[in-house]
Amino acid sequence: MPITRDEVAHLAMLSRLALTDAELDHFAGQLDAIVNAVARVQEVAADQIPPTSHALPITNVFRDDVIVPPLSADAALAEAPAAEQGRFRVPRILAED
Amino acid sequence: MTETRELLPYDEALSRYEPVIGLETHVELGTATKMFCGSPATFGAEPNTHVCPVCLGLPGSLPVPNRAAIEYTIKIGLALNCSIARSCRFARKNYFYPDMPKNFQISQYDEPLCTEGWLDVAVGETTIRVGIERVHLEEDTGKSLHVGGATGRIHGADHSLVDYNRAGIPLVEVVTKPIPGTDDQAPVVARAYVTELRDLLRALDVSDVRMEEGSLRCDVNTSIAPRGSNTWGTRTETKNVNSLRSVERAVRFEIERQAAVLDSGGRVVQETRHFHEDSGTTTAGRSKEEAQDYRYFPEPDLVPVAPSPEWVEELRAALPELPAARRARLQAEWNLSDLDMAALGNAGALDLVAETVAAGAQPDQARNWWLGELSRRANESGTELAALSVTPADVARVCALVAEGTLNDRLARQVLDGLLAGEGSPDEIVAARGLAVVSDDTALLAAVDQAIAGNPEVADKIRSGKTAAAGALVGAVMKATGGRADAARVRELILQRLS
Amino acid sequence: MTSELTRMTAAELAAAIAAGETSAVEVTQAHLDRIGSVDGRVHAFLHVAADAALAAAVAVDHRRKAGEPLGPLAGVPVALKDVFTTTDMPTTCGSRILEGWQPPYDATITDRLRRAGAVILGKANMDEFAMGSSTENSAFGPSRNPWDLSRVPGGSSGGSSAAVTAFEAPLGVGTDTGGSIRQPASVCGIVGVKPTYGGSSRYGVVAFASSLDTPGPLARTVLDAALLHQAMSGHDPMDSTSIDAPVPPVVAAARQADVSGLRVGVVSELGGDGYQAGVLARFGEAVELLESLGAKVTEVSCPHFTYALPAYYLIAPSECSSNLARFDGMRYGLRVGDDGTRSAEEVMALTRAAGFGPEIKRRIMLGTYALSSGYYDAYYGKAQQVRTLIIRDFEAAFEQVDVLISPTTPTTAFPIGERADDPIAMYLADLCTIPSDLAGNAAISVPCGLAPEDGLPVGLQIMAPVLADDRLYRVGAAVEAALNDRRGHPLLDEAKGLADD
Repeated sequence: MPITRDEVAHLAMLSRLALTDAELDHFAGQLDAIVNAVARVQEVAADQIPPTSHALPITNVFRDDVIVPPLSADAALAEAPAAEQGRFRVPRILAED
Repeated sequence: MTETRELLPYDEALSRYEPVIGLETHVELGTATKMFCGSPATFGAEPNTHVCPVCLGLPGSLPVPNRAAIEYTIKIGLALNCSIARSCRFARKNYFYPDMPKNFQISQYDEPLCTEGWLDVAVGETTIRVGIERVHLEEDTGKSLHVGGATGRIHGADHSLVDYNRAGIPLVEVVTKPIPGTDDQAPVVARAYVTELRDLLRALDVSDVRMEEGSLRCDVNTSIAPRGSNTWGTRTETKNVNSLRSVERAVRFEIERQAAVLDSGGRVVQETRHFHEDSGTTTAGRSKEEAQDYRYFPEPDLVPVAPSPEWVEELRAALPELPAARRARLQAEWNLSDLDMAALGNAGALDLVAETVAAGAQPDQARNWWLGELSRRANESGTELAALSVTPADVARVCALVAEGTLNDRLARQVLDGLLAGEGSPDEIVAARGLAVVSDDTALLAAVDQAIAGNPEVADKIRSGKTAAAGALVGAVMKATGGRADAARVRELILQRLS
Repeated sequence: MTSELTRMTAAELAAAIAAGETSAVEVTQAHLDRIGSVDGRVHAFLHVAADAALAAAVAVDHRRKAGEPLGPLAGVPVALKDVFTTTDMPTTCGSRILEGWQPPYDATITDRLRRAGAVILGKANMDEFAMGSSTENSAFGPSRNPWDLSRVPGGSSGGSSAAVTAFEAPLGVGTDTGGSIRQPASVCGIVGVKPTYGGSSRYGVVAFASSLDTPGPLARTVLDAALLHQAMSGHDPMDSTSIDAPVPPVVAAARQADVSGLRVGVVSELGGDGYQAGVLARFGEAVELLESLGAKVTEVSCPHFTYALPAYYLIAPSECSSNLARFDGMRYGLRVGDDGTRSAEEVMALTRAAGFGPEIKRRIMLGTYALSSGYYDAYYGKAQQVRTLIIRDFEAAFEQVDVLISPTTPTTAFPIGERADDPIAMYLADLCTIPSDLAGNAAISVPCGLAPEDGLPVGLQIMAPVLADDRLYRVGAAVEAALNDRRGHPLLDEAKGLADD
């Protein structure tokens, strides 16, 4: 199934990337080629094979419920593009809470 | 899209349709620190003072799970009769929102920690077994203040201010299976379930479960289908349900609204709705027709959680007495009928009575005070029983004072007045108001003699054997002593004098 | 003296400082001078922290004068890939979206290096967010290969690799996700190691692909790499995926350098068509060399390795699409388009479009695609199954042999610009390195000569089982010693890209 321009536009929207029309076309071609190349994984018959997310079988790593001194508000906000009243100021949000 | 406010009256709706409900409840755990970092998890601090690279999602930061949060979640699962997973994983739920620092939430998807449980909920005299689909762990988001709009809500706001203190606090999500067969009791069942769950969580001491503070949040799912159709309707999800009462109202409203839609030949839209406290109505929010694709995948920064059977059994053995078991025990101890127990529950008096008994009162006495006089006062002033400024210890003291004869019923009520007015402890009030029963026979005799002297005909009747007439003289003595005499003793003295 | 100092190994420098033959300040200054002299052409560094470096050097000298014990890297300069957070230097990850970002915390590795007394000279250039094999994806311009400045130094740790190759620092720290330490080491003629995954902490390493990213050392000698490997590795409670076990005895192994009786397997799938002739020739000679040193070399098949590249280019972009979602202009970094009328969603989209380069956008969209409902099972899910099969291939192979070998990368350094417009051609550079990233086992690249057709370095890759990192150093040191003997001088003496002082 080829990756169309519309599909790329959808992916760009999902990942919050404002692409130009030219970029949409350009990426469509490239992504299509890449997806075709990586689709090779489907040649491998792997019905009973469990997926691996982690190379080592580590389990149960926890931390104790003990307070670690947090950052100061100044440090937290130091690199904020905009701050107000000790909070991060962001543009108006469209989506529902 | 205009919102039609047509509602089908409840009874009419229920005559033609059957509801199915479901609840998703989020519980903020009362751990000392956050789910994946050591930042403090307490409520109410100055904005962005309880944050660190991890809960701010700074580049390079990594999560490490809080062992206590895992424990609390297993306890909740055990208390809800769930199976605890042998091994489970966290997953990333991906979506963009400014109150989520990483633009993904670490949650659990197809491998929750607890599954397949149930919670019995008493509604009137029936018990409904609510199935629990799953109990899983995730992290809470930050909080935004929406600035510039009319209502402080998101619509019409100019910008938002975000505080990440809450981001990363451990959140347990309890999801019920769909609950059919509740019929016209659906709203009440929903409320009763949340109440029972809240009480259970409180007994486990895993959260302060305050709905008004947001440490217990409810989303209510409602659908209806024509009676006898053997299908389930399209469900809506109602959010912003911030009190027990709202749970009930939200379900009721949705039934009425959906019934009106179906009756007029329309289709119920699968969507998220927002509950409005002031009007008791819901309005449409984000449409779920185009369901959000969260692109879940196993969280690669975390390793699986595999609670050992020994650890689970340790936690099971250490579970406290749960509300249902406690109620059964108290009912047996106090020898009460189901109806009596239900009355206590409905009045919100169970814990108060139990504490009063624990402070030394007899169960019947405690019940009488809380269900009688105190309930009346609470209703009058429009407050909850538990909010009255009378404590179980106070009531127990009053009962003790009555038992030992220092107070009679009428005086006890006056002490109550004093307690409600905040005048101090029962003993202080008795002293300050001079409310002690007059038990000194000499004083009583003086009053008795006065009453006899003032009522010679009545005295003669008594002398001639009509002891019933003593009542009038008792009344006179009570009046003369301002109600502080022990009526029974007064009667004895009168009869003695006139025999 | 100063040019001598920059020609010394880390081990030699540390010994000289400890013995009082030179001071940490002199050593640091010599390297800062070298940077000043050549980095205009090499562009290995994005940020040089001269003052901080000298201050750290001063501190080391004080400790030495006070008679305090110094660790094995005290006073030794290091180039830190700009993917590690540093509180006193910007951390850009080679991206506009983090240009000038000042983290409020140090990476665990940054912290460990500071405690060891190493001197961080500055932050090294890299492909943006560690995605690439040439540093051409850096938003701040590519680094250049000191062997031939018109060619790439490899990537994504190209800056750290170039810095070490150009004698700007004896040590470099990089990260390897698909080969990003080993491939630059190979095309630069130096040593690069990917430790066992989880062997070195990822806390403070800006994430590209969480289940693959592995910080590791770059150096001009195997022993130097071992010293850095030892200093930077070990369990970290801030990283749930870090291994709670002692660091394998890599330094001792580097001094051992003996392969007699060792069973070595040549991976049959990693060679043949698509590999440069000179690369294959030098690799073949390395095989013969190992045999002459007493190793038993056989051929081993790892049949699922041919699926490693496609599996990687599904897993890595998927994880990256999620890891990079946080860069949205709301809390730090670049914010574009916030004119008071636009929504947060729009500002996020404009910021990310302006802040990310094309390779990042490609991988984010590819990852989003692979994780989408309806596609997950066929792509991401399938790739994770292939990963299991690759792990099993390794396990089966390591029952027959102690280490596996292959060329590190199919070609020598390619010219800057040659593959920039062909993503798939670029991806092929990772053909040999990717299997070890997927399986998490340890792997090293050591120089094994120059390709006759272009006189550019060729790398020999050695792969060891999980937690057997020491074997890499044992074999690597043996090959290094034998080749140095044959050659009569260090390989880097032949690098003519910087005709200089």
